[in-house]
Amino acid sequence: MEMSEHTQPRPTPPAAPQLPKKPFAWERLAVTVLMIGGLVWSGVETQVNVGQFVANFGQFTQILAEMCRPDWSYVSYVVAPLIETIKMAVIGTAIGAGIAFPYAFLVSRNVVTNRFVTGLFRFILNIIRTIPDLLLAALFVAVVGIGPVAGIITLAIFTFGMVGKLFFEAVETIDEGPIEALRAAGANQWEIVRYAVVPQVMGFFVSYTLYAFEINVRASTVLGYVGAGGIGVFLQQNLGQFRYDRVSLMVLVIFAVVLVIDYVSSKTREALL
Amino acid sequence: MTVAQKEPIIQFTQVNKVYENGTVGLKDIDLTIYPGEFVVVIGLSGAGKSTLMRSVNRLHDITSGDIQIGGRSITQAKGKELLSMRREIGMIFQNFNLVKRATVLRNVLTGRVGYYPTWKMLLGMFSAADKQKAYESLQRVELADKVYARADELSGGQQQRVSIARALTQEPRIILADEPIASLDPQTTHRVMDDLKKINEELGITVLINLHSVELAKEYGSRIVGIRAGHKVFDGPVASADDETIAAIYSGADTEKVGA
Amino acid sequence: MELSETHKLPARTHTGAWRRWVAGGLLVAVVLWAFTGMPALAIKPNAQRIGGAIIAGIFHPDWSYVYTGDGEDLVSTLLQTVAIAFAGTFISAIVSLPFAFWAARGKHKFWLVSRSGKFLLTAIRTFPEIVLALMFIKAVGPSAFAGVLAVGFHSVGMLAKLFSEAIENLDNGAGEAVTAAGGTHLDTTMLATIPQLLPEFVSNTLYRFELAIRSASILGIVGAGGVGTPLIFAISSRAWSRVGIILLGIVIMVTLVDFISGTVRKRLV
Ligand SMILES: Nc1ncnc2c1ncn2[C@@H]1O[C@H](COP(=O)(O)OP(=O)(O)OP(=O)(O)O)[C@@H](O)[C@H]1O
Ligand SMILES: [Mg+2]
Repeated sequence: MEMSEHTQPRPTPPAAPQLPKKPFAWERLAVTVLMIGGLVWSGVETQVNVGQFVANFGQFTQILAEMCRPDWSYVSYVVAPLIETIKMAVIGTAIGAGIAFPYAFLVSRNVVTNRFVTGLFRFILNIIRTIPDLLLAALFVAVVGIGPVAGIITLAIFTFGMVGKLFFEAVETIDEGPIEALRAAGANQWEIVRYAVVPQVMGFFVSYTLYAFEINVRASTVLGYVGAGGIGVFLQQNLGQFRYDRVSLMVLVIFAVVLVIDYVSSKTREALL
Repeated sequence: MTVAQKEPIIQFTQVNKVYENGTVGLKDIDLTIYPGEFVVVIGLSGAGKSTLMRSVNRLHDITSGDIQIGGRSITQAKGKELLSMRREIGMIFQNFNLVKRATVLRNVLTGRVGYYPTWKMLLGMFSAADKQKAYESLQRVELADKVYARADELSGGQQQRVSIARALTQEPRIILADEPIASLDPQTTHRVMDDLKKINEELGITVLINLHSVELAKEYGSRIVGIRAGHKVFDGPVASADDETIAAIYSGADTEKVGA
Repeated sequence: MELSETHKLPARTHTGAWRRWVAGGLLVAVVLWAFTGMPALAIKPNAQRIGGAIIAGIFHPDWSYVYTGDGEDLVSTLLQTVAIAFAGTFISAIVSLPFAFWAARGKHKFWLVSRSGKFLLTAIRTFPEIVLALMFIKAVGPSAFAGVLAVGFHSVGMLAKLFSEAIENLDNGAGEAVTAAGGTHLDTTMLATIPQLLPEFVSNTLYRFELAIRSASILGIVGAGGVGTPLIFAISSRAWSRVGIILLGIVIMVTLVDFISGTVRKRLV
């Protein structure tokens, strides 16, 4: 008590603008230690063995060599499952994005002011986003059986999580001005969403949905690996039979399709916005 | 001008506003405004001008006191009643508050939301009559040729005039304008102010506006209200606001005593 | 400017709107097409029962599996998953750097250079991770190491793309300032380029790490280590309460990693 009373009226130091000492960068040190520690630990944990990899590199190059001679005659077999794959991606994206659209408003704090509601539905959205797509597919194959339906459900849920998250973040960062203008004109909550929020975010929604579609086309090609329909089923068969010439053909075809889809999707985006 | 016989259109009675963080926005404000007046609010930045404007249509709730619009208390109004009262009050903002990606017509039409049932609004079903009304408002601000342009294709001054058209389409009895010209150049400023004056004189709409420029206040206003630190420190016709009074509003001494 | 006599609202002239209508119409058509020939109701008859069993399993998780000490339990496999993602992302962050400079536009005289780099990165991104994992399993056996290699290789496709975009969007102003002050090329790199890029690189890497965690938890399906292996066993043996606890573990792990990584990323910008 006394001490502090005495020290309080300390005279301000004379104007000698000395360079203040740079505070020690604890944070940087911690991050560095964490990184190095993490690297060592993860290396040990996963038994990283570069020697083994180098020693067996022949095996790997052999597969690559086989892959360099794709079995072109197999093309006719992959067309049908490929189309099924694209259909799965289209339907999954449409359903997922369709649900994500209203849902995003429900979890946006500038639209719904009730923190309990936004909190609860955000929690659900976050949980859904944590589950990897192939695991979802494996689960739904167990539930609805082998076939594209399991894939569609998986992609719909996956899209819902992705578009829902991106979209609500867009909704939360809109210009508040028009909302205020509408409120001042006597609009209710629904009218505000319709005339002040939706017009501002529609472009984002289209963009994110197309982006999700691009990702879904890629994802849908492997869902078949666990039985959820599409070209992945054939991928799994041929991998099992070590037919790397066919595997590489399928990878090539998927690559071509992905390029085309990405192009179409970007053109669609341009036309819609 | 014998406005005093008419019924007041806006009436503040002992209005206090304290923000959640303890900042005093308005303190014991009594203010009576009659139909057809062009009232300019002036005061330092942070004095509480915006707070005053926003209390009128309850974009901000006041802490105590009462505000009546045309004899009805907006402070007490709830739900639908509040919305329909807001319909009578148009508002113009400093940064326009337009939906940039929508067309000018769309923006102007949103002034009509208060007149429709919600479901019609959600489907975007504006009547042809209202579209025509919106178009007429645009003619009034001389932007008829921009009806179908997107709002972000317009200059700042044009955007502000669109927002005036939006307020007009609302067919309000009062227009609130919170620093409507703060981000405009001098030329455009006069365009916008002329529009507001015209609306005031031709349509008899009461205007409550806050400005940073004393010259403009004197040029366009019929009455000046001075606010300092949440208090009303001056209230009188433009003619009675001499340089000394104005200086007092913007600085220290209590003008109410000076002016008296 | 004079106003017309009539003052009637003119009809809208459809200048650019038709493109939107065509694109929108095509979009609807594509969705409708997708539904054709889909076995919409081809769902197993006992789907409801199994679905119920799974949900019941999720609400009655097999707690005994959390830790057994034999290295095959939930905690061990989850830790292994994190390790796979960490090591894989670390490798790919380093490998990505040269690729990023290759693919960055505006750094080369010939556009073909960056274009070819971008093309290669797209190819890598498209190569299914599962297939990669199986190829690496061929080389190093069914182990977590194969998972690390698969994640590390696959991540390059995305990480190098993000890095190259960061390089492209680099603000030249700071570099110019250094040059104007008499700095050399190396000075600009050290004083302007790297300080500006570093936070972006770290942020992108962390983001990729979040995705790698999800990859690492599925690679176990083909035997490349991590929590995927016990999960796929549990699903195929219909041990739903074990599925429940594993799902719970994954949700918690991913949430934690997202949270930590997200917090760090926010502080960076
Ligand atoms: N939402 C808010 N929360 C807390 N305090 C606020 C809020 N809005 C305004 N204030 C405070 O209330 C006081 C009055 O603010 P107001 O916006 O009404 O001032 P103003 O006169 O319009 O100023 P300006 O000319 O700068 O627009 C200021 O001290 C301000 O900091
Ligand atoms: Mg203000």
